[in-house]
Amino acid sequence: MDVWSSLMDGFATALTPMNFLYAVIGVILGTAVGVLPGLGPAMTVALLLPVTYALEPTSAFIMFAGIYYGGMYGGSTTSILLNTPGESSSVITAIEGNKMAKAGRAAQALATAAIGSFVAGTIGTALLALFAPIVVEFAVSLGAPSYFAIMVLALLAVTAVLGSSRLRGFSALGLGLAIGLVGMGSGQARLTFGQPLLADGLDIVVIAVAVFAVGEALWVAAHLRRTPLHAIPVGRPWMGKSDWKRSWKPWLRGTAFGFPFGALPAGGAEIPTFLSYVTEKRLSKHPEEFGKGAIEGVAGPEAANNAAAAGTLTPMLALGLPTNATAAVMLAAFTSYGIQPGPQLFASQGPLVWALIASLFIGNFLLLLINLPLAPMWAKLLQLPRPYLYAGILFFATLGAYSVNLQAFDLLLLLIFGAMGFMMRRFGLPVLPLILGVILGPRLEDQLRKALQLSSGDPAGLLSEPIAVVVYIIVVIILAFPLLLKLIRPNRPATSLLAPNATRGNEPTDVG
Amino acid sequence: MTIVVGYVPTPEGEAALSQAIAEARHRNTRLLVINSAKGDALVDNRYAQEQEIQSVEDRLASQGIDHVIKQPVRGHDAAVEVLDAAEEHNAELIVIGLRRRSPVGKLIMGSTSQRILLEADCPVLAVKAG
Repeated sequence: MDVWSSLMDGFATALTPMNFLYAVIGVILGTAVGVLPGLGPAMTVALLLPVTYALEPTSAFIMFAGIYYGGMYGGSTTSILLNTPGESSSVITAIEGNKMAKAGRAAQALATAAIGSFVAGTIGTALLALFAPIVVEFAVSLGAPSYFAIMVLALLAVTAVLGSSRLRGFSALGLGLAIGLVGMGSGQARLTFGQPLLADGLDIVVIAVAVFAVGEALWVAAHLRRTPLHAIPVGRPWMGKSDWKRSWKPWLRGTAFGFPFGALPAGGAEIPTFLSYVTEKRLSKHPEEFGKGAIEGVAGPEAANNAAAAGTLTPMLALGLPTNATAAVMLAAFTSYGIQPGPQLFASQGPLVWALIASLFIGNFLLLLINLPLAPMWAKLLQLPRPYLYAGILFFATLGAYSVNLQAFDLLLLLIFGAMGFMMRRFGLPVLPLILGVILGPRLEDQLRKALQLSSGDPAGLLSEPIAVVVYIIVVIILAFPLLLKLIRPNRPATSLLAPNATRGNEPTDVG
Repeated sequence: MTIVVGYVPTPEGEAALSQAIAEARHRNTRLLVINSAKGDALVDNRYAQEQEIQSVEDRLASQGIDHVIKQPVRGHDAAVEVLDAAEEHNAELIVIGLRRRSPVGKLIMGSTSQRILLEADCPVLAVKAG
């Protein structure tokens, strides 16, 4: 079946009244959590996982996709009106966006962010529909050794490239892999401490809810009091002719940065937004406006983060390889529905995958509709007293964790891992390597075992495929790069691409 | 002796401030301006920002009134902050602004002014927006 007819079938599925309703719910929820700093799509999808067990997988994924895209839209509103990024991917947007708002151009900043997100999201989704099947075709030819190598690369790249401290990244990854080990494996009980309830392993839903929802809620509760701000009042977003003229090129360039970076392991949405900002600053005809509210500085990064969101879904759907927290939780959702993620997904779950992709187009359009006229209303959400919000989150987290297996033991696990999530935030350990470790760890082991079985136990079998060798070379480069940098330029401290993100300080950061 | 005024950057808050200034001049006492927030929401339009506080400051200074402006963010209700300040400074008068509230609104959110009126140990002067 070719892409076009599959996609049309996808639209037919996604536009049934029930699925359309879930898309609407998804984008509204997504925008709301995007607007609220500290709440992200990863947490929301994790919280909704148990709730959606009763749904058709297709409906659930359509809702999740709406939440994911919605989060990207919502984050910009908070960045622009409050100078506090709603999401980590809209940190850069705040630089010019808030300056524009302060200069009375909030309406134009919101408009260029929303329309740019729509343009980039639509192009990104089209690229996803185009490239994912190609990647699948390539991926089905890969054997276990290559697969193992690619997963190792994904884990190491996320751990070593993102974040400020490699030590913390690797600690988090180690924790995640250890959690993934719990239960029966290779015919013997591992890390079960003689506890029969642990024999089946830790439920990924419980872990995700604990780390994202409980950990974050405890962290926010510990930092609850802060001086309130005023959101900059704004009417209905709109753009003049000159704003359109200055925006369309940054939108397209932002898309070009966002999509490939989103698709790469460790690409994420933060690096392309930063690159897009720097590029726009260099190319702008109004360089003097940068730092004072240049519309290009909003248009480019906002397009980049939405394109990155689409990019992230490419390896997630085509390879079963998540590159950010939301994709990781969505992958966990596949598993809990009994759907095996990986290159065979397009073949085995074709209608679901294409309905998901179609719903991304629909979601994008809906987001434009609800974000353009309603931006001021979304900003009102920020007046919500946060204790109410987090009480609700804890309630749903508890309910969700209990409903997975209906056993009280899971509540204990929820508390333990929630406390761990809190401690990780307290000591600056990134959450993403942990959750990737939990999700990819068991699959990594699976591929390793398969690869070693093929070579009858000979470790050299891991290098039996050319792709695997290439990937290992990349792994070595990633690991050795900072060392080399130090050797070449011993006097200069290595500057990270992610330096601007460090300005967030101890603000609760949601990876997603 | 001190006059305590509960200030919010709204019409009724401004009315309370004007009345408090008049009282402070008349009685020739110190004026304590309280503008508080619980600090649990990210955005609170009743918590005065720098500019607004500066304009209050300028206004009081230009009228030659001995004054202190406080903006406590301690997780307390505005009523508690005003009552605490009144007790601590042994206030002779509290000035507050009133606005009309729906019964449902009062039921859910409680009424700051009602609490101050009932619990204050000194006279309370309540004014409405002009």
